[in-house]
Amino acid sequence: MHHQELNVHRLANGMTLVVETMRNVQSAAFTLLLPSGSVFDPPDQNGVASVLATWLLKGAGKRGSQELTTDLDNLGVQRSESVGVSHLMLNGATLSHILHPTLEIYADIVRSPHLADEHFESSTAYVEQMLGSIEDEPRQKVMQELRRRTFKRPWGLPPEGSLDDLPRIDPDDVRQNWGKCVRPQETILGIAGNVEFEAVKSWVEELFGDWDNPLSAEFKELDSGPTFDHLQQESTQTQIGIAYPSVPYRHPDYYTAWAAVGVLSGGMSSRLFTEVREKRGLCYSVYASLNSLPHDGRVICYAGTTNERAQETLDVTLQVIRELKNGIGEDELARCKARAKSSLIMQQESTMARSSSVARDWFHLGEVQTLNDIHKRIEELTPQAVLEHVHQFPAQDFTILTIGPEMLEIPNDL
Amino acid sequence: MIFNKTQLDNGLEIIAEINPSVHSVAVGFFVKAGSRDESQDVSGVSHFLEHMMFKGTEDLTAEDVNRIFDEVGANYNAATGEESTFYYAAVLPEYWRRTAELLAAILYPSLRNDDFEMEKQVILEEIGMYEDQPSFVLYDRLMQSHFAGHPLGQSILGSSDSVRRLTADQMRQYHHDHYRAGNIVLAVAGNTTWNEVEDFARTCCQHWPAGGTSRSAELPRPPSTRELLVRESAFQEQLMLMTPAPAADSPLRFAAELLTVVVGDDSGSRFYWKLVDSGLAEVAELSFQDYEDCGGFMTYLTCDPEQVGANLEHIREIFDDVNRHGVSEEELSRAKNKTAARIVLRSERPMERLSSLGGNWIYRKEYRSVTDDLQAIEQVTRDQIREVIDRYPLTQWTTTAIGPRTAW
Repeated sequence: MHHQELNVHRLANGMTLVVETMRNVQSAAFTLLLPSGSVFDPPDQNGVASVLATWLLKGAGKRGSQELTTDLDNLGVQRSESVGVSHLMLNGATLSHILHPTLEIYADIVRSPHLADEHFESSTAYVEQMLGSIEDEPRQKVMQELRRRTFKRPWGLPPEGSLDDLPRIDPDDVRQNWGKCVRPQETILGIAGNVEFEAVKSWVEELFGDWDNPLSAEFKELDSGPTFDHLQQESTQTQIGIAYPSVPYRHPDYYTAWAAVGVLSGGMSSRLFTEVREKRGLCYSVYASLNSLPHDGRVICYAGTTNERAQETLDVTLQVIRELKNGIGEDELARCKARAKSSLIMQQESTMARSSSVARDWFHLGEVQTLNDIHKRIEELTPQAVLEHVHQFPAQDFTILTIGPEMLEIPNDL
Repeated sequence: MIFNKTQLDNGLEIIAEINPSVHSVAVGFFVKAGSRDESQDVSGVSHFLEHMMFKGTEDLTAEDVNRIFDEVGANYNAATGEESTFYYAAVLPEYWRRTAELLAAILYPSLRNDDFEMEKQVILEEIGMYEDQPSFVLYDRLMQSHFAGHPLGQSILGSSDSVRRLTADQMRQYHHDHYRAGNIVLAVAGNTTWNEVEDFARTCCQHWPAGGTSRSAELPRPPSTRELLVRESAFQEQLMLMTPAPAADSPLRFAAELLTVVVGDDSGSRFYWKLVDSGLAEVAELSFQDYEDCGGFMTYLTCDPEQVGANLEHIREIFDDVNRHGVSEEELSRAKNKTAARIVLRSERPMERLSSLGGNWIYRKEYRSVTDDLQAIEQVTRDQIREVIDRYPLTQWTTTAIGPRTAW
């Protein structure tokens, strides 16, 4: 794997800049993680962060709403705003020589957004419609509702917000959230592309160095559930969501857990795809993936199937998951390693993939792993080690949610 | 970057853009066989056949195929469209030959009866999955309505009924007729050499049957229609509109593309300011769909059901204004900046270059470097946009909707 040029700079106010210089590209991408994720949505106001993510872009610093978008468009910035449980994420990519003026605009967005009353209603209307669209997409809906049931509140609440809570949110609630949460201490700016670290460092010092916010935000954890649940819906297919505990990204066994899930669902030769789809033709889409919060992790599985075959699909999927403890083949693990190597190397062809990776690493680990380090850790895995992990973190304490016309039977021995 | 091309005696065309500075190789076969090439009695066969390719050959079982792709860590898949089926993989350079050999082998599968019946269940599940997703149902209906009476209106997936009725023999016949070297383009992009590409093609594809197929020259004549699909329980109303646009080989295609960025890009466009920024719609976008002999400007709108009438009126006003006055120099310049940045960002991955390389070749038999595309975008003038609008005015020619509205 090629040598990576990675540099980190910690500003005096606590903000962290992580830069990966990639010399074979023309672009630069950035990921700005603001510590104002949905966990800080006040009780019964799930959606505050989501509204903020839209409202934030409607004017900042000396630019009005239209001018701001127009200037970013003129710079050719491809951008997106999204909300996760821990962060509000601002992503952008453009040609590397345009990064500096782009960051100038983003410093205004973060530090001096207008959050003007006149744009509040349209921001909320947008979020309301986005939530309506999720209601219309059963595959998204089942994952959202499964997370709500498997993770404690507020970690499991949908980052996008909840339709019921939205009418309870007023402009001041969102302004307060911005005031308390958007602060330099936990802000991370990841940059990847054809840029020089020293230059970027001086721009970031100039734009964010005197940023200060003494406030902070808190939240309280509450239990969630129910463990087994069904939502009634007239549809062609039944949506099945299954979750069980695993380790978070920062856990020393993370890559072992990743390999165990890879044996289940990495590639088309994996067990779930082979048993559920290839041998039985039960569904088109079936997968499992590792889902990580800062302190907690889950294996999350999905299967969508026509109603009359839903029971068999659930039974077979659970059986495959639970049989993982019976053994892991050398060849299965070798295929996981091959896929990992290829995806690590190909990440180096995408500045957007790298900027989000370096920012995410810093958040979870307080360091950036080199691709070589990750590759080495994966290469060192043995079937025995993966199997031991499966025994240590067995598939149990399931949360299961189905959406469809009929409730399914959950096996008695779960 | 170096471009090379050649053709085998059986008609297979081979194109490659070699780039030693990237980390991977992308390889793909573009086959001129899509839903528009199907007769009514085999509706859905192109897509079903695409699935069957991964079920193995005389020498390989389905499990072998899946296993080998995973052993080389390939990022691979296939996609069926109206006019072509595309089989592709991105891999590390050391594995590209093995991956390409596997892709070449599965293009001539054994099509075993048992596999056919099992995969039919998967296809029916896929159809079921899309039935529950309003945007897919809507797209199918839009194409059916806009291209009524023309093969482009045929559904890619087919219907549950047409797939149930399909026999393995019908599929074998379709494969025999369409998977001929003259219908196929092999494209490679990334970190390998032209010698290796040529050697692979001569070794693995030389024996493929020669010949190709042709399509009817009849052009579509879209009847103007409005159609409403009622889904009472839906939250949002979704609409798709289509109006004629230049074809894939038209010199006006870059101007058409920029016109859609000005009018209906997802940020900073006329649709964006009127409909999305104001909160009247969640999505309002205009895109340029180009086909072999025709094209379509497609509008996609998602909004509160109550807003449908007012939003359609806004769209009509935007269309009328553009049709009358064209676009401003400032709008065009902004659209160029955005599009140029997108082209550069996309070009950094061999997989993206592969799809551009193959697309340019199957539609126009031309190679275009990233620089060629950037120049073409830069050279578009307001007069050319005017010409596009004069020949293909923006209208609500075909309108389809899905959602809770029962009338409008």
